[in-house]
Amino acid sequence: MNNLKIVLSGIVKNNPTFVLLLGMCPTLGTTTSAVNGAGMGAATMAVLILSNIVISLVKNIIPSKVRIPSYIVIIAAFVTIVELCMRAYLPDLYKTLGVFIPLIVVNCIILGRAEGFAAKNGVWASALDGIGIGLGFTLALTVIGAVREALGSGAIFGHRFISGDGMLIFVLAPGAFLVLGYLMVLFNRLTAKMRS
Amino acid sequence: MKNSLLNMVLVLGGISLVASAGVGYVYRITEEPIALAAEANTRAALSEVLPPFEQTVENELVLDDIPVTVHTASDSAGQTVGYAVETATRSGFSGEFRLMVGFLPDGKVQRVKVLSHAETPGLGSKMADSDNPLERSFVGKNPSQMRLSVTKDGGEVDALTAATITSRAYVDAVARAFNAVMQTSGGQEVDAATGATNTTPVPENTGKESDNE
Repeated sequence: MNNLKIVLSGIVKNNPTFVLLLGMCPTLGTTTSAVNGAGMGAATMAVLILSNIVISLVKNIIPSKVRIPSYIVIIAAFVTIVELCMRAYLPDLYKTLGVFIPLIVVNCIILGRAEGFAAKNGVWASALDGIGIGLGFTLALTVIGAVREALGSGAIFGHRFISGDGMLIFVLAPGAFLVLGYLMVLFNRLTAKMRS
Repeated sequence: MKNSLLNMVLVLGGISLVASAGVGYVYRITEEPIALAAEANTRAALSEVLPPFEQTVENELVLDDIPVTVHTASDSAGQTVGYAVETATRSGFSGEFRLMVGFLPDGKVQRVKVLSHAETPGLGSKMADSDNPLERSFVGKNPSQMRLSVTKDGGEVDALTAATITSRAYVDAVARAFNAVMQTSGGQEVDAATGATNTTPVPENTGKESDNE
Protein backbone atom coordinates (compact mmCIF):
# COMPACT_ATOMS: atom_id res chain seq x y z
CA MET A 1 0.00 0.00 0.00
CA ASN A 2 1.32 3.42 -0.79
CA ASN A 3 1.20 6.28 1.69
CA LEU A 4 -1.73 8.22 0.28
CA LYS A 5 -3.79 5.08 0.03
CA ILE A 6 -3.39 4.34 3.75
CA VAL A 7 -4.53 7.83 4.70
CA LEU A 8 -7.45 7.85 2.24
CA SER A 9 -8.58 4.43 3.40
CA GLY A 10 -8.99 5.82 6.93
CA ILE A 11 -11.12 8.67 5.67
CA VAL A 12 -13.33 6.86 3.15
CA LYS A 13 -13.13 3.08 2.98
CA ASN A 14 -12.58 2.49 6.69
CA ASN A 15 -14.16 5.67 8.03
CA PRO A 16 -14.45 4.88 11.76
CA THR A 17 -17.78 6.65 12.24
CA PHE A 18 -19.73 6.06 9.03
CA VAL A 19 -18.35 2.68 7.93
CA LEU A 20 -16.78 0.86 10.90
CA LEU A 21 -19.29 2.36 13.40
CA LEU A 22 -16.67 2.50 16.14
CA GLY A 23 -16.45 5.09 18.91
CA MET A 24 -20.18 5.85 18.89
CA CYS A 25 -20.22 7.16 22.47
CA PRO A 26 -18.12 10.30 21.89
CA THR A 27 -19.69 10.62 18.44
CA LEU A 28 -23.18 10.96 19.88
CA GLY A 29 -22.18 12.73 23.09
CA THR A 30 -19.86 15.54 22.02
CA THR A 31 -21.21 16.67 18.64
CA THR A 32 -23.57 19.38 19.90
CA SER A 33 -21.60 21.91 17.87
CA ALA A 34 -19.03 21.82 15.09
CA VAL A 35 -16.24 23.12 17.34
CA ASN A 36 -16.90 20.48 20.02
CA GLY A 37 -16.92 17.73 17.39
CA ALA A 38 -13.68 18.97 15.86
CA GLY A 39 -12.03 19.24 19.29
CA MET A 40 -13.01 15.73 20.26
CA GLY A 41 -11.83 14.43 16.88
CA ALA A 42 -8.50 16.19 17.18
CA ALA A 43 -7.87 14.87 20.72
CA THR A 44 -8.68 11.32 19.59
CA MET A 45 -6.47 11.72 16.54
CA ALA A 46 -3.50 12.83 18.67
CA VAL A 47 -3.86 9.76 20.91
CA LEU A 48 -4.38 7.48 17.92
CA ILE A 49 -1.25 8.62 16.07
CA LEU A 50 0.96 8.46 19.17
CA SER A 51 -0.31 5.06 20.33
CA ASN A 52 -0.06 3.60 16.81
CA ILE A 53 3.57 4.73 16.54
CA VAL A 54 4.60 3.40 19.94
CA ILE A 55 2.74 0.12 19.61
CA SER A 56 4.25 -0.59 16.21
CA LEU A 57 7.68 0.11 17.73
CA VAL A 58 7.31 -2.24 20.70
CA LYS A 59 5.14 -4.91 19.05
CA ASN A 60 8.01 -7.41 18.77
CA ILE A 61 9.00 -7.36 22.43
CA ILE A 62 5.47 -7.83 23.80
CA PRO A 63 4.50 -11.44 24.63
CA SER A 64 1.19 -12.14 22.89
CA LYS A 65 -0.64 -13.01 26.11
CA VAL A 66 -0.12 -9.57 27.66
CA ARG A 67 -0.48 -7.52 24.49
CA ILE A 68 -3.96 -6.11 25.29
CA PRO A 69 -3.00 -4.89 28.80
CA SER A 70 0.20 -3.45 27.35
CA TYR A 71 -1.71 -1.58 24.65
CA ILE A 72 -4.18 -0.24 27.22
CA VAL A 73 -1.36 1.05 29.43
CA ILE A 74 0.25 2.81 26.47
CA ILE A 75 -3.07 4.29 25.31
CA ALA A 76 -4.03 5.39 28.83
CA ALA A 77 -0.69 7.14 29.26
CA PHE A 78 -1.16 9.10 26.03
CA VAL A 79 -4.76 9.99 26.90
CA THR A 80 -3.62 11.34 30.28
CA ILE A 81 -0.89 13.34 28.57
CA VAL A 82 -3.35 14.80 26.05
CA GLU A 83 -5.80 15.55 28.88
CA LEU A 84 -3.17 17.38 30.94
CA CYS A 85 -2.06 19.40 27.92
CA MET A 86 -5.65 20.35 27.09
CA ARG A 87 -6.31 21.45 30.66
CA ALA A 88 -3.18 23.56 30.60
CA TYR A 89 -3.41 25.14 27.17
CA LEU A 90 -7.05 24.77 25.99
CA PRO A 91 -9.06 25.07 29.24
CA ASP A 92 -12.26 26.21 27.50
CA LEU A 93 -12.39 23.26 25.14
CA TYR A 94 -11.51 20.92 28.01
CA LYS A 95 -14.43 22.29 30.02
CA THR A 96 -16.89 21.53 27.21
CA LEU A 97 -15.59 18.06 26.39
CA GLY A 98 -15.14 17.18 30.06
CA VAL A 99 -15.53 13.51 30.83
CA PHE A 100 -15.25 12.44 27.19
CA ILE A 101 -11.50 13.09 27.12
CA PRO A 102 -10.54 10.45 29.74
CA LEU A 103 -13.02 8.13 28.02
CA ILE A 104 -10.80 8.10 24.91
CA VAL A 105 -8.93 5.29 26.74
CA VAL A 106 -11.81 2.92 26.10
CA ASN A 107 -12.58 4.20 22.59
CA CYS A 108 -12.67 1.07 20.43
CA ILE A 109 -11.18 2.88 17.45
CA ILE A 110 -7.85 3.23 19.20
CA LEU A 111 -7.53 -0.30 20.54
CA GLY A 112 -8.97 -1.58 17.27
CA ARG A 113 -6.27 0.14 15.21
CA ALA A 114 -3.55 -0.93 17.67
CA GLU A 115 -4.57 -4.57 17.40
CA GLY A 116 -5.67 -4.52 13.76
CA PHE A 117 -3.01 -2.36 12.16
CA ALA A 118 -0.14 -1.15 14.34
CA ALA A 119 0.62 -4.63 15.65
CA LYS A 120 1.13 -5.90 12.11
CA ASN A 121 2.72 -2.97 10.28
CA GLY A 122 5.78 -0.76 10.44
CA VAL A 123 6.12 2.57 12.23
CA TRP A 124 5.63 4.76 9.18
CA ALA A 125 2.54 2.93 7.94
CA SER A 126 1.07 2.90 11.46
CA ALA A 127 1.57 6.65 11.81
CA LEU A 128 -0.15 7.20 8.46
CA ASP A 129 -2.99 4.90 9.49
CA GLY A 130 -3.38 6.97 12.69
CA ILE A 131 -3.52 10.15 10.61
CA GLY A 132 -6.04 8.67 8.17
CA ILE A 133 -8.40 7.15 10.74
CA GLY A 134 -7.97 10.24 12.93
CA LEU A 135 -8.89 12.54 10.05
CA GLY A 136 -11.86 10.35 9.15
CA PHE A 137 -13.10 10.52 12.76
CA THR A 138 -12.48 14.26 13.06
CA LEU A 139 -14.20 15.05 9.75
CA ALA A 140 -17.19 12.89 10.64
CA LEU A 141 -17.59 14.49 14.09
CA THR A 142 -17.18 17.99 12.68
CA VAL A 143 -19.82 17.39 10.01
CA ILE A 144 -22.26 15.83 12.49
CA GLY A 145 -21.59 18.71 14.89
CA ALA A 146 -22.08 21.31 12.14
CA VAL A 147 -25.40 19.82 11.02
CA ARG A 148 -26.68 19.54 14.60
CA GLU A 149 -25.56 23.08 15.39
CA ALA A 150 -27.09 24.51 12.19
CA LEU A 151 -30.46 22.83 12.72
CA GLY A 152 -30.54 23.01 16.51
CA SER A 153 -29.03 26.39 17.34
CA GLY A 154 -29.15 28.16 13.98
CA ALA A 155 -25.40 28.70 13.94
CA ILE A 156 -22.31 27.51 12.07
CA PHE A 157 -19.06 27.35 14.08
CA GLY A 158 -20.66 29.64 16.65
CA HIS A 159 -21.85 32.27 14.15
CA ARG A 160 -25.62 32.58 14.37
CA PHE A 161 -27.56 33.05 11.18
CA ILE A 162 -31.06 33.13 12.67
CA SER A 163 -32.44 34.91 15.70
CA GLY A 164 -34.24 32.87 18.31
CA ASP A 165 -34.09 29.13 18.70
CA GLY A 166 -33.49 26.43 16.16
CA MET A 167 -35.02 22.96 16.28
CA LEU A 168 -33.91 22.07 19.77
CA ILE A 169 -34.22 18.33 19.32
CA PHE A 170 -31.09 18.34 17.17
CA VAL A 171 -28.98 19.63 20.05
CA LEU A 172 -30.49 17.03 22.39
CA ALA A 173 -29.72 13.31 22.37
CA PRO A 174 -32.36 12.18 19.83
CA GLY A 175 -30.98 14.64 17.28
CA ALA A 176 -27.58 12.97 17.53
CA PHE A 177 -29.07 9.63 16.43
CA LEU A 178 -31.14 11.24 13.66
CA VAL A 179 -28.25 13.20 12.19
CA LEU A 180 -25.83 10.29 12.48
CA GLY A 181 -28.27 7.97 10.71
CA TYR A 182 -29.00 10.28 7.80
CA LEU A 183 -25.35 11.27 7.35
CA MET A 184 -24.38 7.59 7.37
CA VAL A 185 -26.83 6.91 4.55
CA LEU A 186 -25.58 9.91 2.61
CA PHE A 187 -21.91 9.02 3.14
CA ASN A 188 -22.30 5.42 2.07
CA ARG A 189 -24.34 6.41 -0.97
CA LEU A 190 -21.82 9.01 -2.09
CA THR A 191 -18.76 6.84 -1.54
CA ALA A 192 -20.25 3.56 -2.77
CA LYS A 193 -18.15 3.65 -5.94
CA MET A 194 -14.92 4.62 -4.18
CA ARG A 195 -15.22 1.82 -1.66
CA SER A 196 -15.98 -0.98 -4.13
CA MET B 1 8.59 -12.86 22.41
CA LYS B 2 7.92 -16.07 24.33
CA ASN B 3 4.96 -16.22 26.70
CA SER B 4 7.02 -17.12 29.76
CA LEU B 5 5.92 -15.67 33.08
CA LEU B 6 9.17 -13.78 33.47
CA ASN B 7 8.81 -12.19 30.04
CA MET B 8 5.24 -11.13 30.66
CA VAL B 9 6.00 -9.61 34.07
CA LEU B 10 9.07 -7.82 32.77
CA VAL B 11 7.43 -6.40 29.65
CA LEU B 12 4.19 -5.29 31.30
CA GLY B 13 6.13 -3.90 34.27
CA GLY B 14 8.55 -2.12 31.97
CA ILE B 15 5.81 -0.58 29.87
CA SER B 16 3.94 0.58 32.98
CA LEU B 17 7.12 2.10 34.37
CA VAL B 18 7.90 4.02 31.20
CA ALA B 19 4.27 5.11 30.83
CA SER B 20 4.03 6.41 34.39
CA ALA B 21 7.35 8.20 34.05
CA GLY B 22 6.01 9.91 30.90
CA VAL B 23 2.75 10.89 32.58
CA GLY B 24 4.65 12.15 35.63
CA TYR B 25 6.91 14.27 33.47
CA VAL B 26 4.01 15.85 31.56
CA TYR B 27 2.20 16.44 34.87
CA ARG B 28 5.22 18.36 36.19
CA ILE B 29 5.43 20.65 33.17
CA THR B 30 1.67 21.26 32.92
CA GLU B 31 1.08 21.77 36.65
CA GLU B 32 1.78 25.48 36.57
CA PRO B 33 -0.17 26.33 33.38
CA ILE B 34 -3.17 24.38 34.74
CA ALA B 35 -3.13 26.31 38.01
CA LEU B 36 -2.72 29.58 36.10
CA ALA B 37 -5.63 28.74 33.80
CA ALA B 38 -7.89 27.94 36.76
CA GLU B 39 -6.88 31.17 38.48
CA ALA B 40 -7.39 33.25 35.34
CA ASN B 41 -10.82 31.66 35.02
CA THR B 42 -11.86 32.68 38.57
CA ARG B 43 -10.31 36.10 38.10
CA ALA B 44 -12.23 36.72 34.86
CA ALA B 45 -15.49 35.64 36.51
CA LEU B 46 -14.79 37.88 39.52
CA SER B 47 -14.14 40.97 37.45
CA GLU B 48 -17.33 40.33 35.50
CA VAL B 49 -19.60 40.30 38.55
CA LEU B 50 -17.84 42.92 40.69
CA PRO B 51 -17.12 46.63 40.43
CA PRO B 52 -13.41 47.41 39.86
CA PHE B 53 -11.36 46.05 42.76
CA GLU B 54 -7.76 45.71 43.89
CA GLN B 55 -7.64 42.45 45.81
CA THR B 56 -9.90 39.71 47.17
CA VAL B 57 -10.00 37.62 50.31
CA GLU B 58 -11.46 34.14 50.07
CA ASN B 59 -13.78 32.58 52.63
CA GLU B 60 -14.93 28.97 52.37
CA LEU B 61 -18.34 28.20 53.87
CA VAL B 62 -20.66 25.22 53.81
CA LEU B 63 -24.38 26.01 53.64
CA ASP B 64 -26.88 23.12 53.50
CA ASP B 65 -24.00 20.74 52.76
CA ILE B 66 -23.05 22.78 49.71
CA PRO B 67 -19.62 24.39 49.63
CA VAL B 68 -19.82 28.14 48.96
CA THR B 69 -16.88 30.46 48.46
CA VAL B 70 -17.16 34.16 49.31
CA HIS B 71 -14.61 36.48 47.72
CA THR B 72 -14.58 39.79 49.58
CA ALA B 73 -13.23 42.41 47.22
CA SER B 74 -11.62 45.62 48.37
CA ASP B 75 -10.07 48.63 46.64
CA SER B 76 -6.58 49.99 47.13
CA ALA B 77 -7.68 51.90 50.25
CA GLY B 78 -8.85 48.65 51.84
CA GLN B 79 -12.52 49.61 51.53
CA THR B 80 -14.85 46.72 50.74
CA VAL B 81 -16.31 47.28 47.27
CA GLY B 82 -18.34 44.10 46.97
CA TYR B 83 -18.69 40.39 47.45
CA ALA B 84 -18.53 37.71 44.79
CA VAL B 85 -19.96 34.38 45.82
CA GLU B 86 -19.38 31.05 44.11
CA THR B 87 -22.61 29.32 44.93
CA ALA B 88 -24.37 26.17 43.82
CA THR B 89 -27.67 24.37 43.96
CA ARG B 90 -28.48 20.70 43.70
CA SER B 91 -32.08 21.30 42.62
CA GLY B 92 -31.39 21.98 38.95
CA PHE B 93 -33.29 20.05 36.32
CA SER B 94 -30.09 18.14 35.51
CA GLY B 95 -28.52 18.15 38.95
CA GLU B 96 -26.06 20.63 40.34
CA PHE B 97 -25.19 23.93 38.72
CA ARG B 98 -22.84 26.65 39.88
CA LEU B 99 -23.31 30.41 39.82
CA MET B 100 -21.12 33.38 40.63
CA VAL B 101 -23.15 36.19 42.21
CA GLY B 102 -21.70 39.65 42.68
CA PHE B 103 -23.05 41.80 45.54
CA LEU B 104 -22.39 45.42 46.35
CA PRO B 105 -21.55 46.24 50.00
CA ASP B 106 -25.21 47.26 50.60
CA GLY B 107 -26.38 43.75 49.60
CA LYS B 108 -27.68 44.66 46.16
CA VAL B 109 -27.00 42.17 43.39
CA GLN B 110 -24.55 43.51 40.83
CA ARG B 111 -24.48 40.61 38.37
CA VAL B 112 -25.10 36.87 38.22
CA LYS B 113 -22.94 34.66 36.07
CA VAL B 114 -23.45 30.95 35.43
CA LEU B 115 -20.18 29.08 35.97
CA SER B 116 -21.23 25.58 34.99
CA HIS B 117 -24.50 23.82 34.34
CA ALA B 118 -26.06 20.85 32.57
CA GLU B 119 -29.58 22.23 32.11
CA THR B 120 -31.61 21.43 29.00
CA PRO B 121 -30.20 23.31 25.99
CA GLY B 122 -32.62 25.99 24.79
CA LEU B 123 -34.82 25.88 27.90
CA GLY B 124 -33.01 25.87 31.24
CA SER B 125 -29.73 26.79 29.59
CA LYS B 126 -31.13 30.27 28.93
CA MET B 127 -30.23 31.16 32.51
CA ALA B 128 -26.68 31.49 31.19
CA ASP B 129 -27.63 34.02 28.49
CA SER B 130 -26.82 37.65 29.05
CA ASP B 131 -29.78 39.77 30.17
CA ASN B 132 -32.16 36.87 30.82
CA PRO B 133 -35.32 37.45 32.94
CA LEU B 134 -33.88 35.57 35.93
CA GLU B 135 -30.78 37.70 36.20
CA ARG B 136 -32.78 40.87 35.44
CA SER B 137 -35.10 40.10 38.38
CA PHE B 138 -32.16 40.25 40.77
CA VAL B 139 -29.84 42.92 39.41
CA GLY B 140 -29.91 46.12 41.47
CA LYS B 141 -32.04 44.58 44.20
CA ASN B 142 -31.30 43.38 47.69
CA PRO B 143 -32.54 39.77 48.10
CA SER B 144 -33.57 40.47 51.71
CA GLN B 145 -36.09 43.03 50.41
CA MET B 146 -37.59 40.68 47.84
CA ARG B 147 -40.13 37.93 47.95
CA LEU B 148 -37.62 35.26 47.05
CA SER B 149 -39.46 32.87 44.78
CA VAL B 150 -40.61 32.75 41.17
CA THR B 151 -43.81 34.65 40.25
CA LYS B 152 -45.72 31.40 39.86
CA ASP B 153 -45.00 30.61 43.52
CA GLY B 154 -46.02 34.14 44.56
CA GLY B 155 -42.57 35.71 44.51
CA GLU B 156 -41.12 38.46 42.39
CA VAL B 157 -38.57 36.59 40.31
CA ASP B 158 -39.51 36.19 36.65
CA ALA B 159 -39.00 32.55 35.74
CA LEU B 160 -37.71 31.33 32.41
CA THR B 161 -40.49 30.13 30.14
CA ALA B 162 -40.89 26.36 30.37
CA ALA B 163 -38.03 26.05 32.86
CA THR B 164 -39.64 26.48 36.27
CA ILE B 165 -37.48 23.87 37.98
CA THR B 166 -34.33 25.57 36.72
CA SER B 167 -35.66 28.97 37.79
CA ARG B 168 -36.47 27.76 41.32
CA ALA B 169 -33.01 26.24 41.62
CA TYR B 170 -31.50 29.53 40.43
CA VAL B 171 -33.36 31.43 43.16
CA ASP B 172 -32.18 28.83 45.65
CA ALA B 173 -28.56 29.36 44.60
CA VAL B 174 -28.79 33.17 44.73
CA ALA B 175 -30.42 33.02 48.18
CA ARG B 176 -27.58 30.78 49.35
CA ALA B 177 -25.07 33.26 47.97
CA PHE B 178 -26.76 36.11 49.85
CA ASN B 179 -26.77 34.13 53.09
CA ALA B 180 -23.11 33.38 52.65
CA VAL B 181 -22.39 37.10 52.33
CA MET B 182 -24.49 37.79 55.42
CA GLN B 183 -22.63 35.12 57.36
CA THR B 184 -19.32 36.63 56.30
CA SER B 185 -20.28 40.23 57.05
CA GLY B 186 -22.61 39.46 59.96
CA GLY B 187 -25.97 40.58 58.54
CA GLN B 188 -29.48 39.16 58.57
CA GLU B 189 -30.07 36.02 56.49
CA VAL B 190 -33.06 35.42 54.25
CA ASP B 191 -35.27 32.39 54.00
CA ALA B 192 -36.03 31.67 50.39
CA ALA B 193 -39.35 29.96 49.76
CA THR B 194 -38.09 28.84 46.41
CA GLY B 195 -39.86 25.52 46.44
CA ALA B 196 -36.59 24.13 45.18
CA THR B 197 -35.33 22.67 48.41
CA ASN B 198 -36.95 19.90 50.37
CA THR B 199 -36.75 21.84 53.59
CA THR B 200 -39.11 24.59 52.44
CA PRO B 201 -42.78 23.88 51.72
CA VAL B 202 -43.48 23.43 48.05
CA PRO B 203 -46.33 25.71 46.93
CA GLU B 204 -49.49 24.15 45.56
CA ASN B 205 -49.33 23.41 41.90
CA THR B 206 -52.29 24.55 39.84
CA GLY B 207 -52.01 21.42 37.77
CA LYS B 208 -52.54 23.30 34.54
CA GLU B 209 -49.03 24.57 34.10
CA SER B 210 -46.34 22.07 33.41
CA ASP B 211 -43.30 21.99 35.62
CA ASN B 212 -41.39 19.99 33.12
CA GLU B 213 -38.82 21.54 30.96
